[in-house]
Amino acid sequence: MDPINAFVLLANFVLVPALAYGSQLALGALGVTLVYGILRFSNFAHGDFMAFGTMVVILTTWVLQAAGIGLGVLPTALLALPVGIVALALYALAAEKLVFGFYRRQRVKPVVLVMASIGVMFVTNGIVRLIIGPGDQRFEDGGRFIFSVREFREWSGLAEGLALRTAQGITIVVALVVMVALFWFLNRTRTGKSMRAFSDNEDLALLSGINPDRVVRVTWILAAALAVVAGTLYGLDKGFRPFTYFQLLLPIFAAAIVGGLGNPMGAIAGGYLVAFSEMTITYAWRRFLGHLLPEGWTPEGLAQILSVDYKFAVSFAILVLVLIFRPTGLFRGKAV
Amino acid sequence: MSGPVLIGDAMTGGYGAADILHDCTIAVEKGQIAVIVGPNGAGKSTAMKAVFGMLNIREGQVRLNGRDITKLTPQARVAQGMAFVPQTSNIFPSLTVEENLEMGAFLRRDDFRTTMEQVFDLFPILRDKRRQAAGELSGGQRQQVAVGRALMTQPSVLMLDEPTAGVSPIVMDELFDRIIEVARTGISILMVEQNARQALEIADKGYVLVQGRNRFTDTGQALLADPEVRRSFLGG
Repeated sequence: MDPINAFVLLANFVLVPALAYGSQLALGALGVTLVYGILRFSNFAHGDFMAFGTMVVILTTWVLQAAGIGLGVLPTALLALPVGIVALALYALAAEKLVFGFYRRQRVKPVVLVMASIGVMFVTNGIVRLIIGPGDQRFEDGGRFIFSVREFREWSGLAEGLALRTAQGITIVVALVVMVALFWFLNRTRTGKSMRAFSDNEDLALLSGINPDRVVRVTWILAAALAVVAGTLYGLDKGFRPFTYFQLLLPIFAAAIVGGLGNPMGAIAGGYLVAFSEMTITYAWRRFLGHLLPEGWTPEGLAQILSVDYKFAVSFAILVLVLIFRPTGLFRGKAV
Repeated sequence: MSGPVLIGDAMTGGYGAADILHDCTIAVEKGQIAVIVGPNGAGKSTAMKAVFGMLNIREGQVRLNGRDITKLTPQARVAQGMAFVPQTSNIFPSLTVEENLEMGAFLRRDDFRTTMEQVFDLFPILRDKRRQAAGELSGGQRQQVAVGRALMTQPSVLMLDEPTAGVSPIVMDELFDRIIEVARTGISILMVEQNARQALEIADKGYVLVQGRNRFTDTGQALLADPEVRRSFLGG
């Protein structure tokens, strides 16, 4: 029986990675939920928006690196983040002007906008592959670890080690800052309140003199900022590949729907819920059980519920369960 | 300048090809209460919407303080000093009471705290619930939020579409009392009401519409006393 080592092991392989992954999903889901709540459609291009923004961040990072500009132990990508946000915001506003706005003016049903967003998704996907290629890109630099397994072992004297990678630490801190800033914006500023009012009751918002075009623009800018931050953090943590970002759509939508579409608090909770479910279900518990169970009881197999290959099945299962039993999500959101 | 604050003069029009309103005139004087009553399908709400610009009129004019506003959008009319409380979906349910009022004052760039205090004085319960989500309030309290929101622009005319629909008789009396109070502050009130008798009791002017036409127009008291109006519309 060795609960301390068991916990350290769990923290190293499940808790810390899930916290980082959950933060990335939460930021992605916030963007999706914001667009759903205010513009009233599920934006399937969000994953590829993330890829587009991250691509700009990577290209900018390379330019900065070539120029010898860096942040020391922190990744240079943080410096490139604003460039990515501006680029994606302009791209999203262009999509609004060329595609979504056209349908919005005709007051089409949401499903038409969803279909349009799938079109935008394919185009964006193509643009990203054309510019940066379909392959893997690593752009992480600076210090790799806040503390490594070896440092932790030497410091604690435990058999198991715990590492905290810089990318993970940054992810958690940045996500927290972004979430606080977003809630402050939505609850405290005049523009933020007008966006919530618009989401609540569009007709009454118009009667109150709220400018719908402005609300739409600000929503796209916010969604773009969230997408770039989420995409960059994910890329720093796990590497960038355009197809992976398209695949992220599933866990992100699962997170947004679990939490209740249109509810920002729910998107955050959903992000962590999906991440922790995915990690715990695909983790091989053998060593963890070995620490906790009496000598000789350690299971023969890996004690893994699902192979990592099937991690998307977890998001999918969560999505299906929520849609069957609680279609408005755990927090009160809009019915899908 | 004398004459009505707001007048929809000889309005003819409807939603599509067929006209619903025929030469219909609705007017309200400063600080007075005008009530539109009539049987179902008489075009009461339509007349109100026409005055507010939510429906195009082919003939006739809408004038606010003597200015022709027939061509203005509803939003532009709000900026000109008209306020409208729709019958349903008239609040922002997930926003707090205070935020609802703030949104009512969205067009105002000056300090609106005095106006908010006036609304709280008018509806004291809202002051107690200012931090609560408006969607969690009772039906009567929601109507108070809706009226309060509309008052935040400091309108010269307040238009109410069946403010007492779906609230209990006690709440209805209370709401009518508040409406009289609003009128006393100099705001003209134009409302559509199903509860014709109670509404005419507080009305300075009553309009009985039938099939989109003015059938009877008189003071509220006179209409209540008119045997024909009583027989046809007030149930004896």
